Amino acid sequence: MSEATPTRGEPIIKVENLTTGFGDFIVHENVSFEIHRGEVFAILGGSGSGKTVLMKNMIGLYTPLAGRVLIAGQDIARAEGEERRALLRRFGVMYQLGALFGSMTLAENVRLPLEEYTDLPDDAMDLIARMKLGLVQLQGAERLTPAEISGGMMKRAAIARAMALDPDIIFLDEPSGGLDPITSVELDELVLRLRASLGITFVVITHELPSIFTIVDRCIMVDKKARGIIAEGRPADLRDRSDNPRVRHFFNREPETEAAA
Amino acid sequence: MAAALALQAGDGGPTTIVLSGRLDAYSVGPLWREAHEALRKQPNAPVVVDCSRVEYCDGAGVALLVDLLRALRPAGAEVSIRGLAERFQKLVDQFDPKALAESAPKPSPRIALPERVGRASVRFFDDLYHQVAFLGEAASALAYALRNPRAIRWKDALYIAEEAGVNALPIVALIGFLMGVILAFQSAVAMKQFGAEIFVANLLALSLLRELGPLMTAILLAGRSGAAFAAEIGTMKVNQEVDALTTMGLDPVRFLVVTRVLAATAMTVPLVVFADLIGLVGGAVVMLTFEIPLQTYYNQAVSFASVGDFLGGLAKSVVFGVLIAGIGCLRGLQTQTGASAVGISATSAVVSAIVLIVFVDGVFAVLFYYLDI
Repeated sequence: MSEATPTRGEPIIKVENLTTGFGDFIVHENVSFEIHRGEVFAILGGSGSGKTVLMKNMIGLYTPLAGRVLIAGQDIARAEGEERRALLRRFGVMYQLGALFGSMTLAENVRLPLEEYTDLPDDAMDLIARMKLGLVQLQGAERLTPAEISGGMMKRAAIARAMALDPDIIFLDEPSGGLDPITSVELDELVLRLRASLGITFVVITHELPSIFTIVDRCIMVDKKARGIIAEGRPADLRDRSDNPRVRHFFNREPETEAAA
Repeated sequence: MAAALALQAGDGGPTTIVLSGRLDAYSVGPLWREAHEALRKQPNAPVVVDCSRVEYCDGAGVALLVDLLRALRPAGAEVSIRGLAERFQKLVDQFDPKALAESAPKPSPRIALPERVGRASVRFFDDLYHQVAFLGEAASALAYALRNPRAIRWKDALYIAEEAGVNALPIVALIGFLMGVILAFQSAVAMKQFGAEIFVANLLALSLLRELGPLMTAILLAGRSGAAFAAEIGTMKVNQEVDALTTMGLDPVRFLVVTRVLAATAMTVPLVVFADLIGLVGGAVVMLTFEIPLQTYYNQAVSFASVGDFLGGLAKSVVFGVLIAGIGCLRGLQTQTGASAVGISATSAVVSAIVLIVFVDGVFAVLFYYLDI
């Protein structure tokens, strides 16, 4: 399981010849990659390269124009009814801006999936909500509403909610954006700890280079011009050995010059 | 393997709760109660939780173990965990059962009645204060805009006028027509007993032109556009767009409110004229079924209602238009954060607008009476 080298695990997410976009406007063409169980996998790319579009296709919010996304062997776009709900419970998503429900307290936000999907007793749900919030250093903030907390706290609360049902896979859309360096490092540790102890697979969209080198096992880099993946591999390898200058610029935090492009 | 719980009574030694299988959010629910039951039965003896046969333990399983650990028990009767795989034990160790034993912070205690009354009155006067302040701001911005017509964003105003005016025509037509039909029919049935159906024309003309036309249009406008203004500006506020305007040096009142007030007010007058006409047409249709010719109906209506009645109704509608747009914008600008705040603003915009409309209508009735219009 999680002790095994992550890259040798079985694929838990399989993206096959995926084409994404809206109508005639194609964002990615014919993209294929695999994410293994227990891996921290990153989707990288410049602004506007369609990282979020790719993620939304993977979690079933958008329907692929062609190709398919298999989560644990099941096609997310084709699954329906109870099958689809079961598939959706296998992953949690932290959205870029948190997407916490404004009319509920933080504890209620975390409790919501537990209330809907499990038959845990009331105080069990309370305890789980408090523990999940404790994991993201939000103990004591259970009764606050999203309007009363800072942007960084909102992100952490959103991660706590994504973890409520202990899914196999957690998608994080820009987890460290807007967080201070200390919280950001703590978040990295949290990801690694959850991966090590529970074997959770993480799919992360991020720009944060220190975070990428600390937590990411493998990544793909998508590009607007190429309409697809321009690099795949371990971040350190891509930084040192990629033959694509754009990839090296990204990892070395260098400006893109005309000659390099 | 599914999660299971078994009890082993210790012979003089500690009681053992044996947990086995897969402990996750879906399977620990039933175990939770059983485990608590087992703890309660042994209030004064140590309890060992044997986890050596637990295959998997996610957050919910960890919560169950922490819950057992945090139970308040006398010294010498502690709960201990044995045999849990190391990677799961690490998860349990992240939490401090003592800290979690203290119950979660309680919601603030209920507020006593006098305090609630006090708070409500403070809120009421606060709101009044803001309305007066907003009235001043909006009036000065309007005055500035009328002196400098170039400063008005006419493109926005035209778009809002289309939204609030032109697109409201179908609903105003429907309600106006039905109002005319219903009013005419109800009164004609009663008046027929006295052979006085012809006076239905008087009743319709007077009530539609003076009261119902302006009032009905204003209420429709409050529901359509007042709510829309509040929701739109409220969402802009939530998205910090209003802040962006402020820091660009653009006064939100001038930028957002003036265009809306001008557009909505300009549209109210033609909408009321339209509603009056359609209402009278509705009445005419009913009158035809009572065998009163159109010509007679028309002559009767025109000879009875004066131009003053018509213009009085229009004067009211101008005031209604200012009120509806103004209160819609004010509620929008007062929006707090969050999705529900936008809903609260929209609701409050419609309610405040309707209250103000009815109140001002009463003032006009008194005014017209003393002015003998």
